[in-house]
Amino acid sequence: MKKLFFAMTMLLAIGATAAIPVTDGPGYKVGDTATDFSLKATDGNTVTLSEVEATNGYIVVFTCNSCPYSVMYEDRIISLAAKAAEMGFALVAINPNDPEVKPEDSFDAMMVRSKEKAFNFPYLFDEGQKVYPAYGATKTPHVYVMDKEMTVQYIGAIDDNARDAAAVQAQYVVGAMKAISKGSKPEPAMTKAIGCSIKTKA
Amino acid sequence: MNNQILKTAFQVFFLLLVITIQAQDEDVKRLEYFNDLATEYFDQDDDRVHIINFWATWCAPCIKELPYIDAITEKYPDDVKVTLVSLDFPRQVQKRLIPFLEKNQLKSEVVLLEDGKVNDWIDKVDPSWSGAIPATVVWYKGKKQFYEKEFHSIAEVEGIIETIKNRP
Repeated sequence: MKKLFFAMTMLLAIGATAAIPVTDGPGYKVGDTATDFSLKATDGNTVTLSEVEATNGYIVVFTCNSCPYSVMYEDRIISLAAKAAEMGFALVAINPNDPEVKPEDSFDAMMVRSKEKAFNFPYLFDEGQKVYPAYGATKTPHVYVMDKEMTVQYIGAIDDNARDAAAVQAQYVVGAMKAISKGSKPEPAMTKAIGCSIKTKA
Repeated sequence: MNNQILKTAFQVFFLLLVITIQAQDEDVKRLEYFNDLATEYFDQDDDRVHIINFWATWCAPCIKELPYIDAITEKYPDDVKVTLVSLDFPRQVQKRLIPFLEKNQLKSEVVLLEDGKVNDWIDKVDPSWSGAIPATVVWYKGKKQFYEKEFHSIAEVEGIIETIKNRP
C-alpha cells in the first residue's frame, strides 16, 4: 500500500512538472505578426479585424462581463476606444471565456452588457476559443496593440492602476499608440497586471 | 438615582463601543510592499516547504481550489507552511475579505498584499507569470517552482510538494 501511494505520488509529481508553464509560451511576442480574424459581434455583424477602418493600427482587448478587473476597466475601455478613433486606431474587444464554464459571459449576456454600457467598440465573441490562444492571452483584461502592418507592438495592461483610474500614472496603451503613430517603438512594450484567468473546460 | 442609571447606561454603551471596535479590528495582516512578502514568506532558512498562493475573494477558481491548498496546513503542520496572499481590492477588504475569512475559518495564514504597482512585482514572483490568478509559488531550500493554474485536489497539491522536494 505504501509503495502504491509512493508510485501514485510520483506519477502526480511528474504530471505536475509537465504542467509547469514555460516562459516562452505560445502566443505572440512583440514583433510577431498577428493573424486576422472574423468574429461575431453583439450587434449581429461579423467583424474582420483587417476590414475595420484604421489608419495607424489596431487594439485588441480581451475582456469579459464577469471578471471584476474587466468591470473596473469597462469605462476606461470606452474612453480608450474614443481616444483610439481620434488617433487612427481601431479598438475591438473580445470575450474569450467559455460560457458553459462562465454563464455570465454568454453571447446573450454580452449583448445585454454592450447595450447597458453603450459600448462604442465592437464586442466580439471568441466562439470555439480559437483566437485568444493564437494571441496568447491568458487573462482578462489583456491588451494587444498592433501597427497598420499587424505587427504586435505592445502587450499587457491598459494602464498602471487597475484599482483606481484617478491614480493612474502611466497610460500604457495610449503611450503605445503615440509611439506607433510617430513610427517609434512603444516603451514599455510589455507590461503585466493581475487579472482573471480565461475560463475553459478543464 | 437617575444619575446612577445614566452612568450605568453610559458604561454599557462604552463597553459595546469597545466590543464593536474590537470586532472591526478583526483584521488580516496587511503587507504594503511586495518586498515584505518576498522577505518574510518566500525562501526561508528552514526545512519547510513554503507554498504561497495568490488569490482573491472575487476569483471563482481561486475559491474553488482554496480548500485543497488550505488542507495542507492541517495535514502537514510541521513540514509545510502555506500562505494565502489575498489580492482583494482595498475597498472590499471589510465588505468581502474579512467576512469570507470569518465564515471559512482557514487553517493557513492569510495576508493581504496591498502593493498596487503590480507591473513591478509580478515578474519577481516568476517571469512566466502572466498575472492571472490563481497562481502558486513553492519554495524549498532555495528551490522554486511556479504554477499559473488551478488545483483540483489535495493530492495535486501534495504532488507539487513532492516535485520540489525531489528536484535536485
